[in-house]
Amino acid sequence: MGRLMGTSHARLRSHNRMGVVIPHNKATAELETVVMPLPDKIVLPMQQHIGAQCAPLVKRRDHVDAGQLVGHAEARTTADIFSPVSGSVTEIRSLYYSNGRTDVAIVIEPDGEQTVAETVAPPVVTDYASLVEAVKGSGIVGLGGAGYPTGLKMDADLSAVDCWLVNGAECEPYLSSDYREMMEHPDDILAGIGTCLDLSGVPRALICIEDNKPKAIELLRTMAADDARIGVLELPARYPQGASRVILKNAMGRAVKRGGHLTDVGAILFNVTTMSEISKYLKTGMPLIKRRITVMGDAIENPMNLEVLIGTPTGEILEFCGLSRKPAKVIAGGPMMGITQIDMDYPVVRQQSGLLAFSEDLCGRHETTACIHCDKCIGSCPMRLSPISIQKAYRKADVAELDRLMADLCVGCGICSYVCPAKQPLTQSVGLASRLLKAEQRKARGRG
Amino acid sequence: MAFAPGRPLALAPAPQIVSPETTQSVMRNVLIAMVPAFAASLIFFGLDALVVVGVSVVACVGFEYLWCRLFKLPNTAGDLSAAVTGVLLAFNVPSTIPLYMLIIGDFVAVIVAKALFGGIGRNFANPAIVGRITLAVAFPVAMTDFVAPLVSFSPVDVVSAATALAPTASELSLADMFLGSEMGVLGETSVLAILIGFVFLLVTKTITWHVTATYVGTVFALSTLAGLDPLMQVCSGGLMLGAVFMATDYSTSPATLKGKIIFAVGCGLITCLIRFWGNLNEGVAFSILFMNLLVPYIDQLTPNTPVGAEKRGGGAARE
Repeated sequence: MGRLMGTSHARLRSHNRMGVVIPHNKATAELETVVMPLPDKIVLPMQQHIGAQCAPLVKRRDHVDAGQLVGHAEARTTADIFSPVSGSVTEIRSLYYSNGRTDVAIVIEPDGEQTVAETVAPPVVTDYASLVEAVKGSGIVGLGGAGYPTGLKMDADLSAVDCWLVNGAECEPYLSSDYREMMEHPDDILAGIGTCLDLSGVPRALICIEDNKPKAIELLRTMAADDARIGVLELPARYPQGASRVILKNAMGRAVKRGGHLTDVGAILFNVTTMSEISKYLKTGMPLIKRRITVMGDAIENPMNLEVLIGTPTGEILEFCGLSRKPAKVIAGGPMMGITQIDMDYPVVRQQSGLLAFSEDLCGRHETTACIHCDKCIGSCPMRLSPISIQKAYRKADVAELDRLMADLCVGCGICSYVCPAKQPLTQSVGLASRLLKAEQRKARGRG
Repeated sequence: MAFAPGRPLALAPAPQIVSPETTQSVMRNVLIAMVPAFAASLIFFGLDALVVVGVSVVACVGFEYLWCRLFKLPNTAGDLSAAVTGVLLAFNVPSTIPLYMLIIGDFVAVIVAKALFGGIGRNFANPAIVGRITLAVAFPVAMTDFVAPLVSFSPVDVVSAATALAPTASELSLADMFLGSEMGVLGETSVLAILIGFVFLLVTKTITWHVTATYVGTVFALSTLAGLDPLMQVCSGGLMLGAVFMATDYSTSPATLKGKIIFAVGCGLITCLIRFWGNLNEGVAFSILFMNLLVPYIDQLTPNTPVGAEKRGGGAARE
C-alpha cells in the first residue's frame, strides 16, 4: 500500500492541474442528518436509473406495502422500483421533466402504518454471483448521481480488476450527502466494501476523498486500519474530482481508452453511499426506498442534510425546510450538473443528492459575448478536450472534426461553461456534439 | 400545503452557477495592472503622459463605439478591451508624440487590426502592436523623439536621444533601468512598475506565468550566451512591457500550455535576433507580431491529447 500511495501521489502532481477550484459552499457539512416525516404523497417515477424505463406493476386503488416491488422492466439494463411507503395508489400519471422528456409515475398516498412488505427479507448471499443477484434486486443504482444500476455494474468480468475504487470525492459544491454517510455510517461503508472484496476476489479497495473533508479521511483511515486491503486516498479538492475517469486517473494514474470501460484498465468504481446501501440491504433486505439529500441555497430558511423517502415531492421538502426568500430557481442535484426543477410535484429520485433553491441573486442572466480565446475552457477540461473548438465544429455539424476532437469523451461536468468569461454555452454545445457524434458512430457501426 | 411558486421558476441547463469573471472584468484587471506603469510614466514624463494616455483611450473607445454604431453591431465599447488597447498603445509611444499621429495609431489598432477582422477575439495580431509598428514605420522620427526623464536615480546625466539599447547609453545604471529613469516610450521604462502589474495579473489569475517567464527567460539565456549582460537586456527596451502585457494577450497567443511555451520561446528568439544583429528599435513588437502570425499553426501542432485518447504516432502528441 505504501508503494501504491507513493506512485499515486507522484502522478497526482502532474494531473491535479485539471479542473478548477470552485467555492465549496458546504455550510451544511457538519449538520447531522434530519429525518423528514412521512410526506402527504409519494410520486414515484418509473425512470430513476440509466436503462430501460420500468412499467408500473400496480394500478389505481391498489394497496402497497413499504418495500414492495412496484416497477419492473424486462431488460438487462434497468433497476426495479419499490414503494417507499405503505398506502394506496391514487393515480398513475405522466410527469414532465424540465428537459422536455416525459415519464410515468405511480402516485401513492401513505396510510401512515409503514407496513413492511412480506417479500422484504435479508438475501442469502454465499458467493459473488449471489451477491450480484441480490444487488440487482435491491433497487440500488449509482447514488452519486449517475444512476447506473449497481448490480449490473458489478456483473462484470473482474478477473483483471486489481482495485475496487470507492468514490467519496463529492466534488459538487453545496452537497454533503456522501460526507454525512462517511461520518455517520462508516461501519456500513467498510462492511459493504469488505463483503464485495471477500466475494469478488478483488485484492484491494481505495476510498478516494477530497482533501476538504479531513474528518472523513481521518475517520475512515482509523476504522479501516485493521483491514490491510482497504486504503483511503486524499485527493485535491478540484472540481470535477469525482467524475469517474478523472478519479481513476488521479487515484491510479490510469486512463480508460476512448469508448472503453473502467474494468478494461483493472478498476471498478462505486459511490461511497452505494457501498453503504449494499451493506444495509444485505442486513435488512429492505430495498432502496430512502436517501439523504442536502437541501441548501440562499432561498432555504433551514439548510440541512435531510433523509427523505424516494418519491417525496420537491414542494413538500421546500415546505419542510422553509423558504426565507422567493426562489427563482430550484435545482435537483448539485449546481454544476443538476437540472432545474419547475414542477413542484416532481420528486426526489434515487440518484439525486441535493435540492437547491436559489433566489434571483444567484441566477443572474448572463449575457453571452464573443469568445476572447482566453482558452480557460481548454485549460480546465478534466478530459483535456477543447470545448470551444468542439462548439465551432458542432455549429457546422462537422462530424469528422468532432471525431478528431473526441467530443464523445465529454463527461458533462460543466466546468467549461463555468469558467468562460464570455459566458458561452460550452457545456451544452459539447453535450449536444457528443450526442451527435455518438449517434453517427452508432450509424457507422450499423453500416459496417 | 406544499410550496407552490407564485411565478414560473427559471429553466436552465447545467451548470447552474458560473464564475463571476466576464470579459469586462478580465479587461478591468488588465487596466488595473497597468496603473503602476502609468504612475511611473507620470513621474518620469509628467503631465504629457496623462495627455497621451487619455487621448489614446478616448480615441480607441470612440473608434470602437463608432464602428459598432456604423455597422449596427452589439456595442462592445463597454467591454474595456478598447480601453486596454488605448493604454497599451500610449505606453508604446514617446511622451512627445504629436496627438494626431497617436490617433492614427489608435485607428489602425482598433479598426484595422481588430474590427476589420471581426472584433474582439478574432484579431490575428495584437492591436496595440500593429498600431505601434505602423507609427514606427510611418513616423520614425516622432516615434524616437525621447525626452530625458524628470527624475533620475543615478549621478550620470542622461542626455542621449536614443533608448538604452543604443550604444551611447552604456553608462545607464541597472537601477535606473529597473526603476524606470531612462529615456523611452511611456510605459516600458520602469521594470518595477510592470512587475507589480504582473503580480496583480497572476494573483487575479488573469494570466499564467508561463508566457512571460519563458519569453524573458529565453532573452536572458540567449543574452548570456552572446556574452551580453543579461539583466541589462531584460530590463531594457520594451521587453518587460511586451512580455507581461502584449505576448500574454488571449486572442493572439496559443491555446495550450505546449503552444504557449513554443510561442514565448519564439518571441524571445526573434527579439534577440533583432537586438543582436538587426537595427530596429521595435525588436519586441516585431517578435510578438511575427509569433502572432504563427499562432494558428502552433495551435494546430500542439493540441492537448484528451484523456484516454490513443497515442498518436510520430511523437506529435505527448501524454
